[in-house]
Amino acid sequence: MASPISDQIDAVADACFIASHRLTQWVSNAPTMEEDVAIGNIALDLLGQARGLFATLGDEDQLAYFRDAQDWHHPAICELPNGDFGHTMLRQFFVDVWLGQVWPGLATSSDRPVRGVAEKAIKENAYHLRHSSSWVVRLGDGTDESHHRMRSALDDLWPHVGEFASDGWVTAVSRTLIDATLIDATRPLPRAEEVPRREPAHLVELLAAMQALAREHPGATW
Amino acid sequence: MTDAERFDAHVAAEGKVEPKDWMPDAYRKTLVRQISQHAHSEIIGMQPEGNWLTRAPSLRRKAILLAKVQDEAGHGLYLYAAAETLGTSRDQMVDDLIAGKAKYSSIFNYPTPTWADIGAIGWLVDGAAIMNQVPLCRCSYGPYARAMKRICKEESFHQRQGYDILVSLCRGSDRQKQMAQDALDRWWWPSLMMFGPNDDASPNSAQSMKWRIKRFSNDELRQRFVDATVPQAHFLGLRIPDDELRYDDTAGHWRFGEPDWEEFHRVLAGDGPMNAHRIEHRRRARDDGQWVLDAASAHAAKRRRPAA
Amino acid sequence: MQLWEVFVRARAGLHHQHVGSIHAVDAEMALGNARDVFTRRGEAASIWVVPSTAIVASDPADAAELFEPAMDKVYRHPTFYEVPDGVTNL
Repeated sequence: MASPISDQIDAVADACFIASHRLTQWVSNAPTMEEDVAIGNIALDLLGQARGLFATLGDEDQLAYFRDAQDWHHPAICELPNGDFGHTMLRQFFVDVWLGQVWPGLATSSDRPVRGVAEKAIKENAYHLRHSSSWVVRLGDGTDESHHRMRSALDDLWPHVGEFASDGWVTAVSRTLIDATLIDATRPLPRAEEVPRREPAHLVELLAAMQALAREHPGATW
Repeated sequence: MTDAERFDAHVAAEGKVEPKDWMPDAYRKTLVRQISQHAHSEIIGMQPEGNWLTRAPSLRRKAILLAKVQDEAGHGLYLYAAAETLGTSRDQMVDDLIAGKAKYSSIFNYPTPTWADIGAIGWLVDGAAIMNQVPLCRCSYGPYARAMKRICKEESFHQRQGYDILVSLCRGSDRQKQMAQDALDRWWWPSLMMFGPNDDASPNSAQSMKWRIKRFSNDELRQRFVDATVPQAHFLGLRIPDDELRYDDTAGHWRFGEPDWEEFHRVLAGDGPMNAHRIEHRRRARDDGQWVLDAASAHAAKRRRPAA
Repeated sequence: MQLWEVFVRARAGLHHQHVGSIHAVDAEMALGNARDVFTRRGEAASIWVVPSTAIVASDPADAAELFEPAMDKVYRHPTFYEVPDGVTNL
């Protein structure tokens, strides 16, 4: 993507934040208790990354709690409701691959704090990617039921990848999706279309719950 | 000497017991019951706080709460693992929980309607838990004692973060302070009940003490908790909802009223405000996750390389 | 899910130490779960996971014959020997 680095910081910060928020909703609901802990770790990393970048942009709580839906800049896929566990893992996998391609650029930023966040995030992202891609492969190439569920997750999510689906991104996700038996030569990925700006209903709902208490007490310290 | 006599002498002399050692059936049963209840409490305990993960009012609080709730899952796992060394599988324990055959700390059957409840849970509920848990680090059963050491070390921030929430609220606006007082009013008595019935109504305690599973009586620990907590409430400028509370100069203890034991038994028996909800949540997580486990196992079987 | 025993090396130079167990379907998941459950506070430089069924343990009933014979070999310990006064570096 050719967007200037400052736009990219906004997009990455918001993406990390919203992705973290969605993952948080799995904690205590995950398929295994081990996975509750794993998802918690990833959500914490992403929240830390978001806070690190927010700090370079202004006051973190102002940015998180007092911005309306139209002022957020993340790829819309981040805010989609979780769906089943496979749906969440596939969405997270798409986001992890994208972030994995974006962080190295930010790690060369002339802005030292941004660089610091990015250098740390590169390592964290490598683990996240390992986690989400393992699940995509396990569930894609698991049982008939799981395969079917992952196919429909792919159908649901694919129309939302246009915002970040560079050629490099498509190549990277294809490798895993092939391993997961979700695509092959007879069933290739469709072209990722650039999507028109979304109807942010999901984000509005997410923010309404998240921001309610802070907005009820403007200026309060917590 | 019989096996049982040898065992009793061994633990009475502070000897430790490890999974494959001979142990009386009743000792094994008591431990499975206690450790699994403890594990269930950690896992069910994620819910009242998890409920605020998406609504925490600042990013700093959100990160802290996430780390704490995540720790609870981890602690549940340490404890299930300790219980599994006694020969009962985690699946079995969780099935018992969902079937309503196993108990967990009844404190988690109360709702968390406001953010101040998150502070009160950390301060009071974790505070009471720590009082109970520290002596368990010296429990005669090795795997339980080791799990508890790890848990106590990790939980040391849980109580502080809760108190820290309340300090912020009490230094804040009148509405924030009222929120804190309301939460204290809600959680005070259930916290005192966490130590269990009065000593004269606690039939299993004597045997557990003899086996070095338990070190202090319910009433001793409750008193210790009240003594530690009352000055902390005063520092916050909050009122403890007990008209009988007064300092006994001679004894050096805070004297307090009697918890409503009828309520305790009612909630324990399943009739608290959130019992059904808590169990249903757990059942849903297990059932909704089944396809994922099935797929993961099927995948592992497909990819397992033939033994070399 | 299978039961796996988890061993953690806190830092280079130390032994791996048993810390507990987790459930996982395969080695990869076991490593991931062990990492997430047992190293949230930077406790590890290395992790081993071993299927619990692969561990062969001695029987506590054999403890006497296995371990007691070593108890009376006091001459294996340096404190058994009396060092004459004035002798150093021994």
